[in-house]
Amino acid sequence: MSARREARLWVVQRASAALLAFCVAVHLVTIVYAVRGGLSAAEVLSRTRGNFAWMAFYALFVFAAAAHGSIGLRTVAMEWLGWKKSTADLLMWFAASGLAGLGAQAVYAVVRP
Amino acid sequence: MEVNELRVNVWRGGADGRFQQFAVPRRASQTVLDVVTYIQRRLDPTLAYRFACRVGMCGSCAMTVNGAPRWTCRTHVDRVARDGALEIAPLANMPVVRDLVADMREFFDKWAKARGQFTPTRTRADEFAVVKPASRQRMEADAGIECIGCGVCYAACDVVKWNRDYLGPAALNRAWTLANDARDGGQKARLHAVAGDAGCHSCHTTMSCTELCPKKLSPTRSISGLKRATLAIVLRGEDGE
Ligand code: SF4
Ligand code: SF4
Ligand code: FES
Repeated sequence: MSARREARLWVVQRASAALLAFCVAVHLVTIVYAVRGGLSAAEVLSRTRGNFAWMAFYALFVFAAAAHGSIGLRTVAMEWLGWKKSTADLLMWFAASGLAGLGAQAVYAVVRP
Repeated sequence: MEVNELRVNVWRGGADGRFQQFAVPRRASQTVLDVVTYIQRRLDPTLAYRFACRVGMCGSCAMTVNGAPRWTCRTHVDRVARDGALEIAPLANMPVVRDLVADMREFFDKWAKARGQFTPTRTRADEFAVVKPASRQRMEADAGIECIGCGVCYAACDVVKWNRDYLGPAALNRAWTLANDARDGGQKARLHAVAGDAGCHSCHTTMSCTELCPKKLSPTRSISGLKRATLAIVLRGEDGE
């Protein structure tokens, strides 16, 4: 039913926004910390390889970004491009799985032992 | 030099009409409604426009004045004229009937769609409901109750423009006042009526409605309240009636 679905998406959108606020803050601080004295792949990997905490953090980050971005795209498609809800829903799932898939691959690449 | 004449561009005709220019003498404390009335009485009696109370109570005189929706009876020319010029058009986001008259049917139909009707739960045989003035619910309802149904917020809202089904700020504000009415028995159905992509979840919190509401209400705030209230639908999985 439409009401419940939209209400659910709204909750996911809100919750993922809150997660993103936290994740982006941690991410920015990490960047500042990581680039002090030059940035090298070896240094980054030495921090992340086999580190379960970083893996969990980035997995969460990827999940929140995929959810937030795709729900937003769905709205943009409906409001600005005039797409039907069913088509916009497909776009949402496509974007969500694409982002989650690519993100998961990247997370795996940096934390794999 | 003091400007003693206003150049006034007034919308004439229906949706495919155009602006017609009139020269109107400038007066002290002149309102935009005074200007329109002067044109209709002295310059062109065929001009169609709508008003009733002239004192900001009835909500019938709203028009687009220099690009923004306003209640014309309480909008002073001083505040809105630019270099002695005014442009007056019918309210946006509604079909034009003729000249300055917009068709408000859809606007009001949406109040009904948002379940803006009170659903009684008592009869006259019952005791009065006691609602404490300081209770949170009563205060929430008070904050939105003074709406005069002028349609200014609706004309100002971009989401209404994008999505013709969107119920709009006034209808949702009304729904929120009832959502806080302890005596009302239609809460579940109302919550379902105002959720979804034609309802509160479509609001982008741009606040044009709140910025321009002549009664200084905040439909934006009411809509946020509705969004929070719809959590019940998600958490408890409540279905509509
Ligand atoms: S706050 Fe919401 S209802 Fe008000 S003008 Fe913006 S989108 Fe429309
Ligand atoms: S909320 Fe304000 S702007 Fe909207 S109809 Fe009511 S009084 Fe007019
Ligand atoms: S004429 Fe009644 S509100 Fe303006």
